[in-house]
Amino acid sequence: MKVNCKECDKELSAPDDAVKGEIVTCPDCGSDFEIVSVSDKKVELKPAEKVGEDWGE
Amino acid sequence: MSDICIVYDRVRWEEKELSEKAIQLGHTAKLIDGKTLSVSTHDGTVSNGFGDIVLQRCVSHYRGLYITACLEFLDMKVINSYSVAEVCGNKLLTSLYLSKANVPTPKTHFAFGPETAADVAGKLGYPVVLKPIVGSWGRMVIPVRDRDVMDSMIEMREEMPNPLSKIYYIQDYVERPPRDIRTIVAGDKVVTAIYRYSAEGEWRTNIARGGKAEPCPITNELEDICIKASKAVGGGVLGVDLMEDEKQGLVVHEVNNTVEFKGASSVSTKDIAAEIINYAAKMAR
Repeated sequence: MKVNCKECDKELSAPDDAVKGEIVTCPDCGSDFEIVSVSDKKVELKPAEKVGEDWGE
Repeated sequence: MSDICIVYDRVRWEEKELSEKAIQLGHTAKLIDGKTLSVSTHDGTVSNGFGDIVLQRCVSHYRGLYITACLEFLDMKVINSYSVAEVCGNKLLTSLYLSKANVPTPKTHFAFGPETAADVAGKLGYPVVLKPIVGSWGRMVIPVRDRDVMDSMIEMREEMPNPLSKIYYIQDYVERPPRDIRTIVAGDKVVTAIYRYSAEGEWRTNIARGGKAEPCPITNELEDICIKASKAVGGGVLGVDLMEDEKQGLVVHEVNNTVEFKGASSVSTKDIAAEIINYAAKMAR
């Protein structure tokens, strides 16, 4: 599924089995986005949360 | 059949795998974004829709910890429990609990002031390993090879705004092969074990740092230590990490609460997600 990067407007792809909450990265500018919704082969994105000091296993 | 709820804050490979596996095994699975949750002391309605059991999978330690506290307040069963998450999310507490239960661990020392930290490291003799008491993926885990580096690290940590940076966790430097062992424990079963080799130019073995995985045999000794370590922190679904100390033999250096298993799955013959779901379903009953 193709969608435009909200940062640089280049096209980026989300996997066909993408689900809400998954993260996609723009191959061009490196920005991370969280998938907000998936419907009719269309994905909606929002900027992903930044990695926190307490993130990890 | 159980209703299994997976609470996440970003869906990684592991959360997708757990959700798909739960459905394949005949359960229902629901993914809930922890960032959208709110809980009130006077409103128990949030309990509706969480199913029989919750797998806490938030990548943010504190978000996961406090969501778990709230869900337990609402009488929900959560894997792992608040108390397990609290212990495993804090290296100081983990070391205390492991040591109390006679689980072999690297010798670890705690200091509560900058001068004391320098004294402790000096008496131990360099190199030592300095770790933050909260943190993952090997971040800020530093091999300190001499007094100058120790003084610099202390100065830096004293300037950090986080009060936890002023609690010093100093561990003996373990002489080991360039690998460690990651095991995944679900309840009283060691599901799988892998060797994690450091990436080129890196001393830490975390897969998140580019470490490479290889299968590791589950010996009786490894199994015994892992189960003992799991019980010491309260049990659940855990990633128990060990080193092969040239002097002491196997030592547990970490127990992970929200275990990542993509790297382990790539080399393990075991279906790790299925084992976790089976354990969750058993606990839901």
